[in-house]
Amino acid sequence: MTVLAKRIIPCLDVKDGRVVKGVNFVNLRDAGDPVELAALYDQEGADELVFLDISASNEGRATMIEVVKQTAGEIAIPFTVGGGISQVDDMKRILRAGADKIGINTAAVLNPDLISDGARRFGSQCIVVAVDAKYNEIWGEWEVYTHGGRKPTGIRALAWVKDAESRGAGEILLTSMDADGTKDGFDLPLTKAVSSTIGIPVIASGGAGKTSDFYDVFTEGQADAALAATIFHYKEIAIPDLKQGLKLKGVEIR
Amino acid sequence: MGIAIVDYGMGNLHSVGKAVERLGFEGIVTGDERVILEADGVILPGVGAFGDAMEHLRETGLDALVRKAAASGKPLLGICLGMQLLFDESEEHGRNTGLGILPGRVVRFQGGNYKVPHMGWNRLEFKQPDSPLLAGLTEGHVYFVHSYHVLPERGDDLLAVTDYGHPVTAIVGRDNVYGMQFHPEKSSELGMALLGNFLSLAEGRKERS
Repeated sequence: MTVLAKRIIPCLDVKDGRVVKGVNFVNLRDAGDPVELAALYDQEGADELVFLDISASNEGRATMIEVVKQTAGEIAIPFTVGGGISQVDDMKRILRAGADKIGINTAAVLNPDLISDGARRFGSQCIVVAVDAKYNEIWGEWEVYTHGGRKPTGIRALAWVKDAESRGAGEILLTSMDADGTKDGFDLPLTKAVSSTIGIPVIASGGAGKTSDFYDVFTEGQADAALAATIFHYKEIAIPDLKQGLKLKGVEIR
Repeated sequence: MGIAIVDYGMGNLHSVGKAVERLGFEGIVTGDERVILEADGVILPGVGAFGDAMEHLRETGLDALVRKAAASGKPLLGICLGMQLLFDESEEHGRNTGLGILPGRVVRFQGGNYKVPHMGWNRLEFKQPDSPLLAGLTEGHVYFVHSYHVLPERGDDLLAVTDYGHPVTAIVGRDNVYGMQFHPEKSSELGMALLGNFLSLAEGRKERS
């Protein structure tokens, strides 16, 4: 049986049109330019990109549209834009500017119809539901958090991803709040639990530190894609080396 | 006269246009008859549903224009839904007639063990490595997003396939007419090289004429 290639996805946090958080490329003219960084990742073999817009103002969001337009002209891989999208009109603006997919998180929890409305309008393949999950000791399973991980919702993550799938989500971008920032590896129990609960692709996020972490999340964790930010931005892992390493271990990689 | 990217009012053609420009060609997103007929090559992109797309093409008279462009001998490339539109008919949302430039039909993936849509990076297998479209290229991964696939009537129209539970039509070609089921403009290096080969064909024709 053939399989689709496992995807490696760098994530860029963008505020008011500038890349923030941990970008350290010496060979860039302007390390804060999201378009230039995106083009570099494309060249290095990234399979997809995610832009997370963390602008707090309307002006910042308007700037993001410009970034999307320019990026669409510069790169030849698919990219997702998330952050602050709460209406179908927002989705339309970003897709028209040239993004391939839209990521929704808090807004989808507050208004799950947004998933079905978006999927009906643009197709499921455009709708990525981002889920921030944290282990709840009392429940013995994972809980969904919103508002950038600040607010517990009382919603069980496994039930939520199933619901999101049935409403038409095309993919789940799953961030483990327990693993995020640790560099100790992806959250394998969480990723595996979510992957085996739903039939749509799962992008694992949070905890990547070394090549074997990616191997583990693609095999044991059953993830379809893996996302990381800092380790790529700081060149702790170079994407060509990572992909070569995974290929050698028998993972299907582009 | 550049490359005409046929605009029939569906979806975003920006990415295709920009990809053409990055390869050093003039990409003109247009629905204009004169521009399309005078262009060195024509690209028919496509997003959305087969029936809606055909309706838009018919309403604007672009269906006849694309057929005319194909008959003129200039290179024509259908991308994704644009490739499917080149064939006789599709079973997407009932039965819809296509442009009928290439014989064959478009059917839905059966699913089963395979997720539908077929979305992601899948590997091309060249059936006719000697085709000018595949010249100088080696097999690799390209980016697919589709729920329907083409069954061409003639086996020798098939230039490349990919495997998704069964062989899936990935590239077709006959004379000056080509189609790619995946998105070359989203398929990084290999995608751009394939698009580049198509553009070279358009350029070569111009130089000969």
